[in-house]
Amino acid sequence: MSPILVFVDHDHGTPKKVSNQIITAARQRGGGEVHVLLMGEGAGAGAAQAGAHGATTAYVWEAGEVAEYATEPAVAGLVAALEASGATTVLYPADPFMSDVVGRAAVRTDGGVVTDVVDLTLDGTEMVGTKPIFGGAMISRCKVRGGRPAFYGVAANAFAAEESGGGPPEVVPLEVDLDDTATRTRVVEVVEQSAGGRPEMTEAGVIVAGGRGLGDAEGFRLVEQLADVLDGAVGASRAATDAGWYPHQHQIGQTGKTVAPQLYIGAGISGAIQHRAGMQTAQTIVAINKDADAPLFAIADFGVVGDLHKILPPLIEELAARKG
Amino acid sequence: MRIICPVKRVPDTAADKSIDQDTLTLDRDASDPVLNANDEWSIEEAMRIKERDGAEVIVLCVGPENAQTTIRKALSYGLDGAIQVADPAIAGSDAKAIARVLAAALAEEDFDLVLMGNQSSDARTMLVPAMLAEYLGLPALTYAKRLQLADGSATVDRETPSGHQTVTAPLPAIVSVVEAINEPRYPSFKGIMAAKKKPLETRDLAALGVDAGEVGLANSSTQVLEITPRPPKEAGDKIEDDGSGVVGAKALVEFLAAQKLI
Repeated sequence: MSPILVFVDHDHGTPKKVSNQIITAARQRGGGEVHVLLMGEGAGAGAAQAGAHGATTAYVWEAGEVAEYATEPAVAGLVAALEASGATTVLYPADPFMSDVVGRAAVRTDGGVVTDVVDLTLDGTEMVGTKPIFGGAMISRCKVRGGRPAFYGVAANAFAAEESGGGPPEVVPLEVDLDDTATRTRVVEVVEQSAGGRPEMTEAGVIVAGGRGLGDAEGFRLVEQLADVLDGAVGASRAATDAGWYPHQHQIGQTGKTVAPQLYIGAGISGAIQHRAGMQTAQTIVAINKDADAPLFAIADFGVVGDLHKILPPLIEELAARKG
Repeated sequence: MRIICPVKRVPDTAADKSIDQDTLTLDRDASDPVLNANDEWSIEEAMRIKERDGAEVIVLCVGPENAQTTIRKALSYGLDGAIQVADPAIAGSDAKAIARVLAAALAEEDFDLVLMGNQSSDARTMLVPAMLAEYLGLPALTYAKRLQLADGSATVDRETPSGHQTVTAPLPAIVSVVEAINEPRYPSFKGIMAAKKKPLETRDLAALGVDAGEVGLANSSTQVLEITPRPPKEAGDKIEDDGSGVVGAKALVEFLAAQKLI
């Protein structure tokens, strides 16, 4: 059984939660050894945590070229690690940056890609992925055809991270040859908007989303406060981002992001099908809306009919009190 | 400047989906298909470049004969012409096989810029722009919420989870755009009438030099084994606040506590 290679996303050497989840899934579902790839400045510091979750070998490339979102050097690194480890299956966190990296790597290696997997099973020696399709209306099981490098993009929070009790992995410095094409795309400026210390929306266990019913941009202050007291992220409906009340990258739905948190709270969101297509696989859905006929109530595990401007302040207060 | 806009014909998000259980593919004629919403942003952006700097803008669509309604819709925004790649062997292709066909069609063309939506609303893999760029050996600037062309380069503000990054690459390049980039116009009556007369060239796989054994349902790099409907979700409790907000808040806290979510 060849090893499974896991692409570890990290923040200056600290692996993100999703990476630990994927290493755990690879160990529990993969049937082989788990190797990991750590790229970028300071990446090697993440090897110990990867080992704690079950990785036995860590390929490390501490390259300045792999600045965040510099796709092509990352492709070269991924292809080099695939060759070095002898892996035929790669698991990676399904996100926009990785879709660029893996899209190119799959063409370069004649591989295949299955995105947004929420479960993995082993069929003989082949991995099979389970994924929601058409906004979660259906479930598909699919695989990469045999004999090809297989790339599976794993959704955040699909698996629980569990430590394996293993020690640090063997660290193997990765040799990567970069040609001129790898550096033709240059990142010239990075602009961080304050996320108020909140988790990224696609990684968050809790998302509080606001919509038209907030009335104005100021209404998002309440949504932010509720998100903060629940340690969650802030989402928005298309109506809210179109109105300029919140940045577009927070938009959930058909033309925005697909999210599947443990808890989704929709405040002032009616729940048009285009929005539901981006969030209906959330484990628990709560709707707050003064329109008792809002479609979001039809899929909500709990609904409150009422004025969110009245409901959210005492809700935030009570949750804050319980949190201590 | 010559810009090519790949577009996709997709089922309406709101329509019920029907799966052919023999092929495990979507029955694409079960509901009225539409132009992929994300492609309207790339078309709008191409039109703005055309109006500002002058450009020829061509739509490229891989899709069956009846995709021509979608192509005419795209042309009605004021584009100059269209290329359709239609071949029965393409049916059921995955993202990579479609990228392979798009790349073969683009390889026959002169262009400075390929402008496309960041994803299709049906498959939503987000893979095609990068795959296309790799097949063509070109840089890709993806998730653009702003695009500038100057001195033979494209520079975009690329949306990231925490803000944006300004990224630049020499032309020709692939650029994929997100909704924040612009507000698409509505086609004018004149545009709709003109679209009927715009040149539309069709190609098949043989004309593009693509082996039918590289694409289609049976030859794609991925294989669907099973598709099942997700059981419909039943609505849970719904309570009415009394206008004070306190009743609603209290009930919600109790629910969250009972679910062990707080």
